[in-house]
Amino acid sequence: MIVAAVTAGPERGWRSVSTWIGALIVGATAICAVFAPLLVPHDPFAQDLGKRLLVPFWMEGNNPDYILGTDQLGRDYLSRLIWGCRISMLIGVTVTIVSALIGITIGVLGGFLGGRVDDAVLFAITTRLSIPVVLVALAVVGLLGSSMTLLVITLGLLLWDRFAVVARSTTMQVRNLDFVAAAWCAGCSRFRILSREVLPNIASHLVVVATLEIALAILLEATLSFLGLGVPPPLPSWGLMIAEAKDYMFFSPWVIVIPGVALFVLVLGVNLLGDGLRDLFGARNDP
Amino acid sequence: MLQFIVRRLIVAVLVAATVMTLAFVLTRLSGDLAISIAGPNATQADVEAVRKAYGLDRPLITQFFNWVGNALSGDLGDSYFFKARVSSLIAERMPVTLTLGLSGLVIALVVSLPLGILAAVRENTAVDRAVQLVTLLGQAMPSFWLGLLLMITLGLQLGWLPISGTGSWEHYVMPGIVLAFSAIPALTRLTRAGMIQAMGSDYIRTARAKGLSRASILLKHALRNAAIPVVAIAAVQLGFMLGGSIVIEQVFALHGVGFLAWESIGKNDFPVVQAVVLVLAVIYVALTMLADLMNAVLDPRLRGP
Repeated sequence: MIVAAVTAGPERGWRSVSTWIGALIVGATAICAVFAPLLVPHDPFAQDLGKRLLVPFWMEGNNPDYILGTDQLGRDYLSRLIWGCRISMLIGVTVTIVSALIGITIGVLGGFLGGRVDDAVLFAITTRLSIPVVLVALAVVGLLGSSMTLLVITLGLLLWDRFAVVARSTTMQVRNLDFVAAAWCAGCSRFRILSREVLPNIASHLVVVATLEIALAILLEATLSFLGLGVPPPLPSWGLMIAEAKDYMFFSPWVIVIPGVALFVLVLGVNLLGDGLRDLFGARNDP
Repeated sequence: MLQFIVRRLIVAVLVAATVMTLAFVLTRLSGDLAISIAGPNATQADVEAVRKAYGLDRPLITQFFNWVGNALSGDLGDSYFFKARVSSLIAERMPVTLTLGLSGLVIALVVSLPLGILAAVRENTAVDRAVQLVTLLGQAMPSFWLGLLLMITLGLQLGWLPISGTGSWEHYVMPGIVLAFSAIPALTRLTRAGMIQAMGSDYIRTARAKGLSRASILLKHALRNAAIPVVAIAAVQLGFMLGGSIVIEQVFALHGVGFLAWESIGKNDFPVVQAVVLVLAVIYVALTMLADLMNAVLDPRLRGP
């Protein structure tokens, strides 16, 4: 269905293929995340020091029981990778929900009410952009201790800017359209106009922003976990897997290649899907 | 023009003041600072001594205004861990971060300007799509992972570049490439979009009609107009890059401001953490203001009422 609706023209073929690739990657990761307990061949937390750093299937001397090998504590790498889908997807989606709630509220209010409110909203966006995200997130987690909940709230509070910018500008466009004027004349309340007339008409733009934010949140979680101030061990976050394997990377590079490729492919998939959706909704102006 | 500058300046000062407040609140989030500074084995008396020594026994509002007042006169307080002034610590480490940020920006511009122009000239061809693919790949690349991969390949296997440290310019090549990756997608897209818009404009048609050469049209007429937003965004990107260099400094053991902040977070050294947040935010605000001014000078239409 997505393919059929993608914009016509010479780009059509490539665009639809890339959208499908993106959807496939995101779908597969979502399935891995939901059904992780059923899919893992071994317990992702079980250590076996007798089987440390077994090599993956494409190298000589591999153990067919452990397709992607084992880590420095003898834990099955494939199982940890599948479990890691849960963490990435969970963080990506929940952070985006938090930041969407903040950003859309602020942006729609600024765009709809205008005047002083809008000045305040613009100021909030400018201030937010001047704050270094990674540093502040690290400081908060470093001060309050690492947990998934704290990580989600912190990143959610830091990543609402793009939602606010897009919600504000699209609301401004919709506000001046005839059907909104008609609703005013019909005596609709402000709340009704916002929820029934404005929001449905800016929703498609917000969905595109949401995909970009999911990709960004996944990357940031991995970065923070890599720096040791994200998801607490022994949870198999892909960023944490790379951090833990870093000491062995010069002798066995695959220990950082495998989780890194997973991370790279997932973020690429989300972005491809987002680009496809943007074309689908016919809003080809880059935010 | 003067009114425009004054307005931007007022906003910049307000933003800096807000970030200052936020940075102060941020470091007080953990509750009692004295307990965390004194450490897990401290007695009640130790905690009291720490509280007195660092002025943490005074009301929060007094502490806040003290900090603001001192910061305005350039005094960012003393580090708990390094036994040195925070301002001198930051001044000492800033050259590394600035060198890293600037080399990242130069590499990003050297890559994205030609890529963007190429994609615009060959719009909707395989070349254009290849460039778009490159920007997508760059967007999805986790910078710390790219850093580690470069260390393994360029550093260990090929032996071309040093793996970590700050001895010579060669130490900045790999970190610079990694940092540039974060800016290349946005800069390339913007150059492409600007060039496509410029190429479709009337003055390009006139230049074509005059029979100017293709190179002259592209470089002298189109690029000059397309470059205005790119130059402005480049300044903003530099601000983002300085903020994001904390990850890369940690990966490559570059002892810059980001590394200092990372160390200080681990050691509960709050004066350093809040000062680094403030300094990076002020640099960002200054760079965005510079970008706005450049835009306004280069394109009078943007000055507004």
